[in-house]
Amino acid sequence: MEMNRREMIADTGKYILMTGAAAIAWEYVLAGKAEASPNYDVTKHWWAMIIDVDKCIGCGNCVRACATENDVPEGYFRTWVERYHIEDWKSENPEVDSPNGGFDGFPDKHQGGKNFFIPKLCNHCADSPCVQVCPVGATFRTPDGVVLVDEKYCLGCRYCIQACPYGCRFLNPKKNTADKCTLCYHRITQGLTTACCESCPTSARVLADLKNPKDPVHEFLRTHNVQVLKPHMATGAKVFYKNLDGAVR
Amino acid sequence: MLCLLGMKDFLRNTEHLSRVVLLLVVGLIAFLLVRRAVVPAEFGKWGHYRPASLDDVRARPIKFAGREACEACHSDQVEAKSKGKHVNVGCEACHGPLAKHAEDPSAVVPQLPDTAILCARCHEANSAKPKGFPQVITAEHSAGLPCNTCHKPHNPKIVSEN
Amino acid sequence: MHGVEGYIYPNELELQWSVLVVLYPYITGLVAGAFILASLERVFKVDAVKPTYRLALLVALAFLLVAPLPLQMHLGHPERSFEMYLTPHKSSAMAMFGFVYLWYLMIVLLMEIWLEYRKDIVQWSQSGAGFKRLIYKVLTLGSKNISPGALKVDDKVGWFITLIGIPSAFLLHGYVGFIFGSVKANPWWSTPLMPVVFIFSAMVSGIAAVLLLYMLTSKLKKMVIDMRCVDKIAQYLLYAFIIDFSLEMLDLIHRIYEADESLNALDFMVHTRLFFSQVILQIGLGTLVPIALLGLVQMVKFSEVVRKRIYVFAGSLTMISILAMRWNVVIGGQLFSKSFLGYTSYKMEFATREGLLPAVALVLLPFAILWILVKLLPPWPKTEAAA
Repeated sequence: MEMNRREMIADTGKYILMTGAAAIAWEYVLAGKAEASPNYDVTKHWWAMIIDVDKCIGCGNCVRACATENDVPEGYFRTWVERYHIEDWKSENPEVDSPNGGFDGFPDKHQGGKNFFIPKLCNHCADSPCVQVCPVGATFRTPDGVVLVDEKYCLGCRYCIQACPYGCRFLNPKKNTADKCTLCYHRITQGLTTACCESCPTSARVLADLKNPKDPVHEFLRTHNVQVLKPHMATGAKVFYKNLDGAVR
Repeated sequence: MLCLLGMKDFLRNTEHLSRVVLLLVVGLIAFLLVRRAVVPAEFGKWGHYRPASLDDVRARPIKFAGREACEACHSDQVEAKSKGKHVNVGCEACHGPLAKHAEDPSAVVPQLPDTAILCARCHEANSAKPKGFPQVITAEHSAGLPCNTCHKPHNPKIVSEN
Repeated sequence: MHGVEGYIYPNELELQWSVLVVLYPYITGLVAGAFILASLERVFKVDAVKPTYRLALLVALAFLLVAPLPLQMHLGHPERSFEMYLTPHKSSAMAMFGFVYLWYLMIVLLMEIWLEYRKDIVQWSQSGAGFKRLIYKVLTLGSKNISPGALKVDDKVGWFITLIGIPSAFLLHGYVGFIFGSVKANPWWSTPLMPVVFIFSAMVSGIAAVLLLYMLTSKLKKMVIDMRCVDKIAQYLLYAFIIDFSLEMLDLIHRIYEADESLNALDFMVHTRLFFSQVILQIGLGTLVPIALLGLVQMVKFSEVVRKRIYVFAGSLTMISILAMRWNVVIGGQLFSKSFLGYTSYKMEFATREGLLPAVALVLLPFAILWILVKLLPPWPKTEAAA
């Protein structure tokens, strides 16, 4: 009886509470037919992510969620969390660790100094060196700004892994092709957020659509000190960090 | 006349080279024909890649249903959360990926997480956590008792009893 | 973690490019170097090196046929490598490899060898017997014209092909250097000097290889070693080596003096993980010793026997040096983290697809091919070959 009531709410409440697009998309999720999802227009989006360093608590939820959502093989990471420890003025020599990519969280370690967590993932660069070097067109930037790998076309030459300045790529040991964060492309094109953002308890990561004028990202970028990783690499990185310490690399 | 003879000589003496050129041209044409036949359809439509691979990536099944899907049914819990500090924490951040449950609530019945483990993931004291974030040394704080002995996870603030 | 020091990004634990990728620039370098030596005789009319002309061409061909194999074996999906020809990505430094390779193989090397041997091939196709004769018959492409007029045309066309062959050889190997030199994420690789260093190290290794193979084959065939020829080749080896070494030192000094953010990481690496292969093998034993020995020959009049021994010794060290150089570039460039905060190590496997065993097999394979080529197209001067 209880179940029936819930199901009824499911059918009606879903449409009341969910945005129209998300609700329709959800139907396609249930049907398992992503490609048929009709109202996603690749030309109307430009995906990015904002990361509020001051909110990251190093719980590792994002790392675990990513591994679950995307079947990331053990020991490889599409996203990971680093812990920085800086003694006083020695920001050129930070002490960094990331045990198992932060998958199991971080046991308390440092006393004194400056300590903080930095979540990392593919920066979905607009001018990505990994896309530049792919010899066959197996990695590319989609019209909506996501860097993807074509598993059916990748040679496994690993030039892209060498070219990524951020260490975001790896060779998938089961598929023998390059592997990386897809920004949960299967989710974001259906009105959902990424698995890492969905599971982040403090909203330290938030998916952003730079082409959507109503996205709060614009306000965020306007009102904070924002930095990308390794800006001297000039890759057009689209993961924006708020209050990023200069020691982070 | 002499020129014509020279031309004839030249043609005869380069005839073997024309065979090489012919071989190369035949090879080139064969290559172009094969290339035409096997390059994936629509390759290069949006850029130097197979546009169909976008669909391949999108075809991946979803594991995390997303907060909106949970809230569609569990309005009672939305209500409970709404006044507490955990209001912005996504359901699956604690309850785990439940797209299967959202799809068919009777098929997968989610287990309640063990608060003794769950809460510590976020709230165990760590020098690298932001200073304003509530942290405890669980061993000292609760002496091994599960957190939900005192705190309600959906609204953790302890309001005085009675 | 085992073999890791400091902090590396979690995906950097594994080295992506193995010992097979070390072989790739080594083997292509031998091709380019051997060809450049051969072209000395043809284009610059250096008569002294003529006895090695045909041998150098065959050496280049034998190694060129093997050059793509290490890459092929290294790919995660070797069956997809033809995509390089189907949909080459214009912005990728690697995508042109297939075309540069085919150009060099089909247009330059095979053409030059064919034109050089055509007269002999036609004669062998008429005198020989059995299977070998059939091969020669196919190789004539059905033309028996070896009139003086036709041979004159061959000579002219051959000269022209050698002429475009020299920049092609530079392209072939300079291009390999560019594949590494253009990776901006990797400071160990990223330098415009990389293609130039690759070209000169290629010449060094190719010249040394032909020198050694000429002396070895002469010994095996009980032929007299032409001292005028080997003296000249050793001289070229010395010059090429000095330029190569100067360029590499320029690169090193520039890095040390400029001292950018990566210096600490690279400096540490050269003093630890690369100390043996870089400082001892490549620079010390492999470069300074041969340069000193070959330089000494230029200054002191040694007897023939001593000179021969010096050449064999210096040539062998040179071959090791250039192999070590490729190792230090390819493996060295992957030992430090792109965070510049830590180091990983390379654990070479043995009997796996990218292990030591296939690597050794791939180094030996060109010699097997060369053995067949030499049987089919004897490079020796007629009088001695007939004897």
